[in-house]
Amino acid sequence: MFDVVSFIPRAVMQSIPLLFGSIGETLTEKSGNLNLGIPGVMYVGGICGVIGAFFYEQSCGGAANMNGFLALAIPLLCCLLGSLVMGLIYCFLTVTLRANQNVTGLAMTTFGVGFGNFFGGSLIKISGLDVPSIALSATSGFFSRHLAIADRLGWFGKIFLSYGFLAYLAILIAFVSAYILRRTRVGLQLRAVGENPATADAAGINITRYKYLATCLGCMIAGLGGLYYVMDYACGIWSNDAFGDRGWLAIALVIFTIWRPNVSVWASILFGGLYILYLYIPTGSAGLAMKELYKMLPYLVTIIVLIISSMRNKRENQPPAGLGLAYFREDR
Amino acid sequence: MDNMTAAVKMRNITKRFGPVIANDKVWLDIYKGEILALLGENGSGKTTLMNMLSGIYYPDEGEILIRDTPVSIRSPKDAFALGIGMIHQHFKLVDVLTATENIVLGLKEEGRLNLDAAAEKIKAICDAYGFELDPKQKIYNMTVSQKQTVEIVKVLYRGADILILDEPTAVLTPQETDKLFTVLRNMRDDGKAIVIITHKMHEVEALSDRVAVLRHGHFVGDMLTKETNAQEMTNMMVGHPVVLNIERPEPVDPKPRIEVKNLTVRSIDGVLKLEDVSFTACSGEILGIAGISGSGQKELLEAIAGLQVVESGSISYIEDDGTREELLGKDPLAIAGMGVALSFVPEDRLGMGLVGSMDLADNMMLRSFRRGKGLFTDRKSPRALAEKIVSDLSVSTPSVSTPVRRLSGGNVQKVLVGREISSAPSVLLTAYAVRGLDINSSYTIYELINQQKAAGVAVIYVGEDLDVLLELCDKILVLCGGKVSGVIPGRGATKRKVGMMMTRLGGGEEDE
Amino acid sequence: MNKQKTPLMHISKRAALPWYISWGIRAAAIILALIVCAIITTALTGLNPLAVYGTMLEGAFGTPRKLWILGQNIAILLCISLALTPAFRMRFWNIGGEGQVLAGALATAACMILLGEKIPNWLLIIIMVGASIATGAIWGVIPAIFKAKWNTNETLFTLMMNYVATQLVAFFVIVWEVPKGSGKIGIIHQNSMAGWLPQIGSYKYLLNILIVAVICVLMYFYLNYTKHGYEISVVGESERTARYVGIKTERVIIRTMLLSGALCGVAGLLLVGGTDHTVTTTIAGGRGFTGVMVAWLAKFNPIFMIFASFLLVFLDRGAQEITTIFGLNQSFGDILTGVILFFIIGSEFFISYKLNFRKREKEVQENV
Repeated sequence: MFDVVSFIPRAVMQSIPLLFGSIGETLTEKSGNLNLGIPGVMYVGGICGVIGAFFYEQSCGGAANMNGFLALAIPLLCCLLGSLVMGLIYCFLTVTLRANQNVTGLAMTTFGVGFGNFFGGSLIKISGLDVPSIALSATSGFFSRHLAIADRLGWFGKIFLSYGFLAYLAILIAFVSAYILRRTRVGLQLRAVGENPATADAAGINITRYKYLATCLGCMIAGLGGLYYVMDYACGIWSNDAFGDRGWLAIALVIFTIWRPNVSVWASILFGGLYILYLYIPTGSAGLAMKELYKMLPYLVTIIVLIISSMRNKRENQPPAGLGLAYFREDR
Repeated sequence: MDNMTAAVKMRNITKRFGPVIANDKVWLDIYKGEILALLGENGSGKTTLMNMLSGIYYPDEGEILIRDTPVSIRSPKDAFALGIGMIHQHFKLVDVLTATENIVLGLKEEGRLNLDAAAEKIKAICDAYGFELDPKQKIYNMTVSQKQTVEIVKVLYRGADILILDEPTAVLTPQETDKLFTVLRNMRDDGKAIVIITHKMHEVEALSDRVAVLRHGHFVGDMLTKETNAQEMTNMMVGHPVVLNIERPEPVDPKPRIEVKNLTVRSIDGVLKLEDVSFTACSGEILGIAGISGSGQKELLEAIAGLQVVESGSISYIEDDGTREELLGKDPLAIAGMGVALSFVPEDRLGMGLVGSMDLADNMMLRSFRRGKGLFTDRKSPRALAEKIVSDLSVSTPSVSTPVRRLSGGNVQKVLVGREISSAPSVLLTAYAVRGLDINSSYTIYELINQQKAAGVAVIYVGEDLDVLLELCDKILVLCGGKVSGVIPGRGATKRKVGMMMTRLGGGEEDE
Repeated sequence: MNKQKTPLMHISKRAALPWYISWGIRAAAIILALIVCAIITTALTGLNPLAVYGTMLEGAFGTPRKLWILGQNIAILLCISLALTPAFRMRFWNIGGEGQVLAGALATAACMILLGEKIPNWLLIIIMVGASIATGAIWGVIPAIFKAKWNTNETLFTLMMNYVATQLVAFFVIVWEVPKGSGKIGIIHQNSMAGWLPQIGSYKYLLNILIVAVICVLMYFYLNYTKHGYEISVVGESERTARYVGIKTERVIIRTMLLSGALCGVAGLLLVGGTDHTVTTTIAGGRGFTGVMVAWLAKFNPIFMIFASFLLVFLDRGAQEITTIFGLNQSFGDILTGVILFFIIGSEFFISYKLNFRKREKEVQENV
């Protein structure tokens, strides 16, 4: 029997990193930057949080001595700072130096994934501390803490209230960014920058500032996805390459949702479900091998969506017209 | 003009692009309550000069005074703050946004974004000057003239009192132009300073109060419009006397060459672009095609060239001996394979006719690279052809290995036309062959077209400048909304008549 | 805003630089990047910067064996970069090299496992070559067909195809695992060496290197001197121009991606048949992505790609030596690669643009 009550919370937990990543990338793309470095950014966000938490835990010497606020604030700050630096690198190269966005993004992913895995694998060695492995269960406890009332509400509590605060933050950010994009002056101007930078520039909008702001903010939001993954989903245990290809899926989600963060909430839960569906499908004797095939599902669905949306060529559903192009005012 | 106050004073302005000096120590005054026409050939630096007022470029040297205060205009934002608004030749509008959204874009108004209030204010401006505009319409649904209206309202919405318009009439019908001029005169009477950049003499004479002329980046002089005439202004622009007449020899032995019958074309989204179009183009004749931009000219030429999917109709190629061949449903390769020498100078020179980043020789190869057997391309003969065109048409370029993107508009067009006529065509299609070209280059192109006509080529010339169409073409076909409004002889046709036919099928009554 | 203040500097486009200056700028960027890399390494290991490069050189060139591994790695990376190049010249962002290599590798392994020791070895190798090329080509052409027909975004499509290929390999690895439950295939036909590509003399990697060298030269001529190569450039620059002169863009896109995928398939063949003799999900090792950057760094010129792949492989091998000695994580090489790439990417700016610093003309005038 398919267990919906256990499936949905797992799908949601699976979806949160994707949601953070896709909101971040949506904001970035709305400014006309195609950031293929998001997978790297999410790794950096995750590992920076881990590094912060690791040193804080070590300095406290035990979960009992840890201050709840600091245990959350230090990894959060480290994560945001790390992702911000990645965003600044991307912006400096593509906006200020007008480099090719695809190549810059891929280089960022190489760098970011390498950075994550390197420090994940060598943190203990470099810090010279005598601990067996990076298991930040104490910090993770603070991140995954949910309302006590959830446990008493049966299936309702499990499906709606059983998540750590970052999950609710993701959904909040999704709706807030959707509102900003659609209804505010800043959102209007950001859309204009991504659609037609020359026009926005002529209208007196500071293109460089908008691109930097949107891209850096986008990177910071995406970085939170990495932090959520390691602190909440993976219970504070960093293992190399465990984050996998979620960053790329997040980028695919942006197209899937036609650049709408609010749609991303539902779409990412759908993707999260597809991602773990193989655990719920009875596969019989050839089970192990078949599971590998089921893991293809999110990618196949993305491909199908990609094809369908390209066939139904609607004006409003197109990517920002300036996506991927560097802007230089004096280009003649 | 001494009694008027100067809104803008530009002093010793110099601007360089790499080794090219676009403006060299230019002095220019712009007064309140006047319409100044800024004249000059292409590449004379008119647009560059105005772009320095609107904050797109920053001058390398010199000083700008607005209302007698020295200022530094580093961005369009600075320009707005000083009350300067520019309407660019290529509209600066975001296609997927509405008119209102485009108009409020970039404004720092107090409080939350309120599009309804903005729409009210837009309505008020429209009523004051006589514009027609739907604030909620998306730009991509608009005609060119509607887009221009949005641009002008946008500038007024920001409270600009110095308006610069860069070739505002290039894309308008005569009727729309008249409307625009009325609005501009209203604004002038309202005390605004208005600059229009143009090279159409009759518009300068009809609209402006004063004329300033630039040549090769230098300021040549200015004078009151009522004290000068077209010939004098042209001579000042070019620097030497120019004959303003276009030759039109009588066609020699015209025979039907291309026969189009009941041609109907729809765009990808199902919009009717051409409806039941029929006509015949003869050898040794120039058939002009007039119409508001977007009336189906592009589709018509591309259909003949084999680049357009056609819904119904037929296009026949008729040889001298009367044999017919159907061109419809064949791509350019198949048409060439049938032995039909068809040359096409498209509107979009660097996006379609040529590859901007390739050099002259490689661009010659576009037409010839398939020649010869085997896997490899012949690189020698295209180079020779490029060198021949450079010397025959006096294309100014460092070498044939220069990417064509680096050439000026006139030279790009010479390269393209040169390549297209080098294959000794029997049919020559040209779309806006002189758009954006200066007077000298334009006359070179007219001459080349006339040479082809003399050689017995059937020329189809899509143009926008009615004066030129009336002087150059043997017959003029007028398109109106994708239908043939009429075909009239070029000799004796009047501009008013053609203008009427462009907006109303058959031209309607002579008196409006 | 109305203050008399001129911007400190201002950017303008440059006319084309002579080739030696532009390559000089790139070389300077690489040297700068190497210095930064040395500083990072020193910070992490405490090694003195010169010793860092001593160690890296040692790791790359230290022994004949290391030299051969270096050559083999360059060959594979170069092969993938060459495969991607025609697509990029056409502005088709094929970042699916990884999947196309995997598809080729999987096909090779399938032939070896299913047909090995059952048919003559020469026949097996011919079938392997055919199968790997065909599978790679199919993997490449699927996104191309949709791009040609409906303009489907190829960047994401090819990317997703990578993961489909990865899962497909994961599936077959479990199906064919030896021994059962180990989760890997292990060396195929360890004893009979059925389906192993022949060795030239005693040099295990020489054949791979020679094959790639030939591909490199052929690709150079294909892109620069053939009609196909010319068509690819025209389609890449402007599809409308291509249509205008009667080039069938759909056909060029599909044909080029068949070629691109097929060459990736060859890379898979060389990996499985020539060196690894097994298949894993990570056999391409991210080189499908690195290849994109190699191709771009070399400005899509096959000859320059040799140097670009050399640079990246050298860094990677050198970094591995450092990580082995210091017991650090293998991913160190990725960090160094990233840093080098950032510098080279950034240096392109100084080739295309010029910074103009404004002189303080006002003050100068006043002083006079």
